[in-house]
Amino acid sequence: MPSLQRVQKPTTRKGKKILLAKEPKVFEDVKKKLFLTGRKASEVLRNCSKDLYKLSKPHAVILSRKNDILPFENIVPVENLCRNNDASLFFFSTTNKKRPNSLTIGRLFDGRLLDMVEFCINDYKSFDQFTASIPAETKPCLVFSGELWEQSQELAKVKSLLVDVFRGEVIDAVRLQGLEHVIMFTATNDNILMRSYQIQLKKSSTKLPRVELEDLGPHIDMVLKRTKFASEDLMKRACRTPQEAKSKPKKNVSKDALGTTHGRIHMGKQKVGTIQTRKMKGLKKTAAEKRVARKSKKAN
Amino acid sequence: MDILEDILQKEAKKSEKYKTTDVEKNVELELDLGNLLALDTNDLNLQELKSHKEKYLLNLARDNTQLLLNKLWDLPSERREEIVVAKLPAGTLRLPREKPCPKPKPLTKWQEYALEKGIKKKKKTNAVWDDIVQKWIPRFGYKKAELERQKDWVLEVPGNADPMEDQFAKKAEKKKEKVSKNEFQRLRNIAKAKKIKVPKEGLPTIANPSSDLLNTAAKVARVSTASLGKFQPKLPKEKTLKENVIAPKRVKRDHSKISSNDEKSSHLKIIDSILGKKPKLDIEKAVNRQVFQDQNERSEEKKTQKSKGGKKRRKTSIPSKARKGGKISKPRVGKVNTKKGKAGVGGGRKRR
Repeated sequence: MPSLQRVQKPTTRKGKKILLAKEPKVFEDVKKKLFLTGRKASEVLRNCSKDLYKLSKPHAVILSRKNDILPFENIVPVENLCRNNDASLFFFSTTNKKRPNSLTIGRLFDGRLLDMVEFCINDYKSFDQFTASIPAETKPCLVFSGELWEQSQELAKVKSLLVDVFRGEVIDAVRLQGLEHVIMFTATNDNILMRSYQIQLKKSSTKLPRVELEDLGPHIDMVLKRTKFASEDLMKRACRTPQEAKSKPKKNVSKDALGTTHGRIHMGKQKVGTIQTRKMKGLKKTAAEKRVARKSKKAN
Repeated sequence: MDILEDILQKEAKKSEKYKTTDVEKNVELELDLGNLLALDTNDLNLQELKSHKEKYLLNLARDNTQLLLNKLWDLPSERREEIVVAKLPAGTLRLPREKPCPKPKPLTKWQEYALEKGIKKKKKTNAVWDDIVQKWIPRFGYKKAELERQKDWVLEVPGNADPMEDQFAKKAEKKKEKVSKNEFQRLRNIAKAKKIKVPKEGLPTIANPSSDLLNTAAKVARVSTASLGKFQPKLPKEKTLKENVIAPKRVKRDHSKISSNDEKSSHLKIIDSILGKKPKLDIEKAVNRQVFQDQNERSEEKKTQKSKGGKKRRKTSIPSKARKGGKISKPRVGKVNTKKGKAGVGGGRKRR
């Protein structure tokens, strides 16, 4: 087991494993989500949080108590709660007269806020209002419609956040029959419409399947309100990939005309003077010999 | 010609049965297959969006998903554990990580030395066979201590050692020293890794010391003179180390000078205090409790009276202060004997 650089050692092996799991990794796991409520909750927001939690289970935590937090004024309490629950995405829901049904989605980097976006939910349709269903932990296909996603700088960043939130696990292969969920985000001038559908693959005359969609839910109509984005520097730092994750082209391997693979091995320089060898006591220099050697060196 | 026409007609009928998988778009979708992501930058039909919103969105989603899946079906497939999967390329959208890239941990002092000398770790088996006890003794972990004790039921006294020396205690002492040395070296390695400078001897300096740390430091500094702090000037209320030590004060009693009568009476006094214990009556508490109860009753009555509508006045004997909620003074009650005198003590004590 790799070591932890901690003054107080964990007393149990299980505790040590849990702590090691929280260390930074080369290839990261799914981002954990935290759902929390502010000073006042509303039914729409509660249903929304519950549905999004169901979509993200088991990599999500719902906190049931109300918190006296205002993220846009002081984000530190949210950061603390996220750190305690080992979450890096948060969904903060409050409602008040000025901002009814406001849902703030944010992400953290290294325990500190990276960026967050506040949405005001105008219309909400939950899972229960539709009959279709999908198995849990299905990786969704994401579709962004509307030229605003590319044209507007702000919306491009919002798109990055939404992809991060709904992406789920990063995979290298997918079973094509298992693509059952698609989420579409449409950006109009006034609002962002999120629609979620179940994919049904029907037979067609070609080998490609005919795609039919059925309403699955949740369907959310939201308006983009306040935003707080990260500086260029911080975003750059956060997007940095470690050397181990980058795929390097294989060097020193070549194929000749006949098809045989050739490889080159480069040997380093041997420290002939300081290699650890068997000590032959008889060959050791005596004190007199050493003195002579020193004198000759000085003379030179 | 007829046969050809027939075949073509058949094919046309076949394809008519099924809906098409082609989608026409003005601008091609930007696809990120690694993330199963599609970006459609075509203009939205705002009129349709207003009039038939859900229908329009459903169709739009269907078209875009069709295009995405068409591309996914073209990917090379592979067989993994009896399931056919399509290999996805790496995602193109750069998303931020949740934690910074892991930094390589610096090597410890031993690891550097081992690398230099070419020493490799030898994997040792846990269990070691012991002939005397005829058991497998684990080298570490579960049941090691117990079996080790069985194995070392007797320890030889080496030739040059004192025969009165406790070899078991010596062994335990050695182990303690080893453990503490290991702990010290582990902490030193951590300090080296985190680039915290630790002095070779003594304690490291603390940035914000607490008050008790400062107090201890002052006391220790006081005693660190040649005459052990005897002639150091002292503040009026300053407490030195010796005074602060919590040690029982040993009162030396000269037992030969007490008379037998005095001894008898003192012993009896002790027994009285033990056996004659009665529950203490806290008069103030009892009276306050009664007052509180009366007040509650009155307030309940008032509530019911209000609902009824009638007015009823009741005379009470509570002093005005208590009614308003203030503290009452101790009423004049005769002295209650909480302690019984010399006459009559509880149960069966023999008098000599």
